[in-house]
Amino acid sequence: MTSRRKFLRIAAGCLALGMAASGLYAVAQPAEKVIRISAKRFVYTPNEIRLKKGEPVIIELTSEDIVMGFKVPDLNARADIIPGKTVRVRLVPVKAGRLDFLCDIFCGSGHEEMNGAFVVED
Amino acid sequence: MKQPVDRRQFLRMAGVGGVVFASSLARSVGAAAADDFYFVQLSDVHWGFEGPPNPDAKVTLPKTVATVNALGDAPDFIMFTGDLTHTTDDPRERRERMAQFKAIVAGLKVKDVRFMPGEHDASLDRGKAFQEHFGQTHYTFDHKGVHFIVLDNVSDPMGFIGDEQLGWLAADLAQQPPDANIVVFTHRPLFDLAPEWDWATPDGAKAIDLLMPHANVTVFYGHIHQEHHFMTGHIPHHAAKGLMFALPVAKSQPKRTPLPWDPSQPYRGLGFRSVEAEARAKFDITELPVVKAT
Repeated sequence: MTSRRKFLRIAAGCLALGMAASGLYAVAQPAEKVIRISAKRFVYTPNEIRLKKGEPVIIELTSEDIVMGFKVPDLNARADIIPGKTVRVRLVPVKAGRLDFLCDIFCGSGHEEMNGAFVVED
Repeated sequence: MKQPVDRRQFLRMAGVGGVVFASSLARSVGAAAADDFYFVQLSDVHWGFEGPPNPDAKVTLPKTVATVNALGDAPDFIMFTGDLTHTTDDPRERRERMAQFKAIVAGLKVKDVRFMPGEHDASLDRGKAFQEHFGQTHYTFDHKGVHFIVLDNVSDPMGFIGDEQLGWLAADLAQQPPDANIVVFTHRPLFDLAPEWDWATPDGAKAIDLLMPHANVTVFYGHIHQEHHFMTGHIPHHAAKGLMFALPVAKSQPKRTPLPWDPSQPYRGLGFRSVEAEARAKFDITELPVVKAT
């Protein structure tokens, strides 16, 4: 092999690795499941969602009325949900069990009951 | 003619006497002693609330005022640790509830009454209506050798204390000697009691870090509508009962809905407390019912 060909092969390999690392090389990554949650005072729909342990998911959040919060304390994940926009949060449930989520922006008289849970199964 | 009963006598009469929890704070030798006195902490009145968890909603606060007034030895001052009113989306109604609350507590014989907001009072308008009726949302005062600090962790709708107030706290603490007698009032717990139920302060750890170098600090708070005691290092944190509805123990049920009213035991789970500051920075807490037993 000429040194030029060797260089091109190495360069192509590096490019593929770089694309994979940046997420652009889609073939190497299975598509992640997308789960949509709609928020409105004072409820998330759905508010109980089953997940598989170790399988990352993308949560797509929208608000039907006012600015809400979405917080999963056990995963240290949170987002503001702005009406008219879709916000995405990637979650990786690493162990089986219940992961509570809640609205962490005070939104009125039903705020305390605005919560839900991911049930993570083996 | 009825004679006003001594406070300890009243406790015996009410059948709830005795110190249920005493926190003694380690003191360094040579620290200035606080004079003996006591204050009353009332919390989570939620004036304006209506619903099955309290069919006596309209009379619970007036009854509590009467009970406090019946304490033979008057407290030096009374502190309301937030959620004076139940939240409403209507700014006019919010102000009306605050005005009604203020008119009722004007019936307290003790005139040194201090207030701070809860999230129901302040989170929807960042404390605007509260400040119109009750003044500042964070402040300090000194009383008989104790430095009291009132922290606002509710005007921000996410419950942050915020860097500005933390800077104010740091500057205030810098003026206090390391062995000063310090009492902190907050609405939410400063520590992570149950973040899944929003029973936490996102930047509360920063406040605790600032307080930690001081040897004699005690925190009193509300928000969780039940008695609870917890230590972060040498700092005790004492949660008070509420005066409208009781809440369940953290995460003991899926939602933090109020505990049901028990007609056979009205006001069960509700109450207030007296806090006795004794020399050598010891605080004795006594839990009291809304109405005294007959």
